[in-house]
Amino acid sequence: MRLSLRELAVAYRAPAGGSLPALGPISFDVAAQEFVCVVGPSGCGKSTLIRVLAGLAPASTGAALCDGELIEGPMPRIAVMFQDANLMPWRTVLDNIALPLEIAGMARAARYKIVRKLLPQLHLERFEQAYPAELSGGMAQRVALGRAIVQNPRVWLLDEPFGALDALTRERLSLELLRLRQRYTQTIIMVTHDISEAVFLADRVIVLSRRPGQLVADISVGLPRPRSSDMLYQRDFLQLTKRVRASIEELGN
Amino acid sequence: MRKSPTVLTHNHDTEPWVRFSLLLRRLSPILAVICLLLLWAWISERELISHILVPPPGDVYRAFVGALADGVLAKHAFVTLQEMLYGLLLGVGIGLAVGYAIAKLPLLEYILAPIIVGFQSTPIVAYAPLLVIWFGSGPASKVVTTAVIVFFPTLVNTIVGIRGVSPKLRDLMRSLKAGRWRTFRHLEAPSALPVILAGLKTSTTLAVIGAVVGEFVSQGSGLGYLVTAARNLYDTPLVIVAVLTMTTISLCLYGLVALVEWRFLVWQRRSNI
Repeated sequence: MRLSLRELAVAYRAPAGGSLPALGPISFDVAAQEFVCVVGPSGCGKSTLIRVLAGLAPASTGAALCDGELIEGPMPRIAVMFQDANLMPWRTVLDNIALPLEIAGMARAARYKIVRKLLPQLHLERFEQAYPAELSGGMAQRVALGRAIVQNPRVWLLDEPFGALDALTRERLSLELLRLRQRYTQTIIMVTHDISEAVFLADRVIVLSRRPGQLVADISVGLPRPRSSDMLYQRDFLQLTKRVRASIEELGN
Repeated sequence: MRKSPTVLTHNHDTEPWVRFSLLLRRLSPILAVICLLLLWAWISERELISHILVPPPGDVYRAFVGALADGVLAKHAFVTLQEMLYGLLLGVGIGLAVGYAIAKLPLLEYILAPIIVGFQSTPIVAYAPLLVIWFGSGPASKVVTTAVIVFFPTLVNTIVGIRGVSPKLRDLMRSLKAGRWRTFRHLEAPSALPVILAGLKTSTTLAVIGAVVGEFVSQGSGLGYLVTAARNLYDTPLVIVAVLTMTTISLCLYGLVALVEWRFLVWQRRSNI
């Protein structure tokens, strides 16, 4: 699925009256099956961008389109995952991942069958009866990822999905994300503040300016796929991260 | 990771004096009750206070057996229990419904707050006679009194529980296009359940107050009536029997809710390890 932003801008109502611009106006396209990472200083409206695409927040002006269709509310083919795993503490791993299927009205046996097929790919097969409080941060994020992709959506919106994890877990989950993606072929927009994570994962890195976030750089990552952790030390990779870093630093303080 | 046997022998938990002190700790609440009973027995034995005021435990026991044998106790206890259960059903039911509505519509809270707080600030004993005038001297007025008294904790805990639902999980339900019913069923109800059950525990202990206050005001039957009747005959042992029966009923209902809690909140127990 193809995503397009057309002069999209979002402003929040300020507590003192008037409006507080949070994002844009911004325009860019994401081709079908493309993996785009969005980086930028904190508070630049990255999360707002995800919320608009997910249909959770309205655009103030301009529009967000999915395959030419205006995004006005949540769409079943677009899934979203947040920085905090946001699991239901009273549901087991199995039932947390099965939630979207249950809401869609699928019978218990059918949804468990689907989830149990997904669990090994998430390395969670031994934890299906565990409750969220019994999981590590990395495992909780895997459950959140599983819940996001269980309905096989065509678009994944990832809002700093590994932001709260330690460096090693983060790297491992990034690789797992790519592996999961190779089996499916989705369009992905991922927000992150980690430049090398962005370059490592994406086909394209988009750099946003300070609030209200506007597009300041659109950098193609020509690195071959599949990506592997060796690449993190290669020249091409390092040059790309330097370029992204430079465009962020140009924004000044 | 297996512990080797040598490590186990050095485990402090298995040393006799540690085990003894743990056992003592477990039994200490029971010991406290026994001490109180002994104190009671000692006071009445030495007649430090007149037997009319504080009858010996033996007299109370005989009154208990007597009231049990002629069916008086069961009859009145059943009446009170029935009033409590209907009152709980009514009060908790309305409390849940109004609480949910208020949690969803802040305007409703603004409108209803003075009425609800006013009701809650007025002692139930003061307006129980009014309820008897309105609902008659039969069981209906006691059911209503009970309902009024259990309504408030249910209401407050429902509001707190529903308002406490994580906004991020609400976003999640929205992104899954869950309708009102599914959001209630899969998010709001399970999320608010722990707080609502805590309120229900409070409500069960209050229910007996409501029923007995109603029975004090309009005579007829029930444990409250038994207390008044026995007191008029200076039958202090029977008064004590009736009071302890109320305690027992109240504790049993409380235990029942605790059991429901234990059964349905497995995730909370597992989360507290």
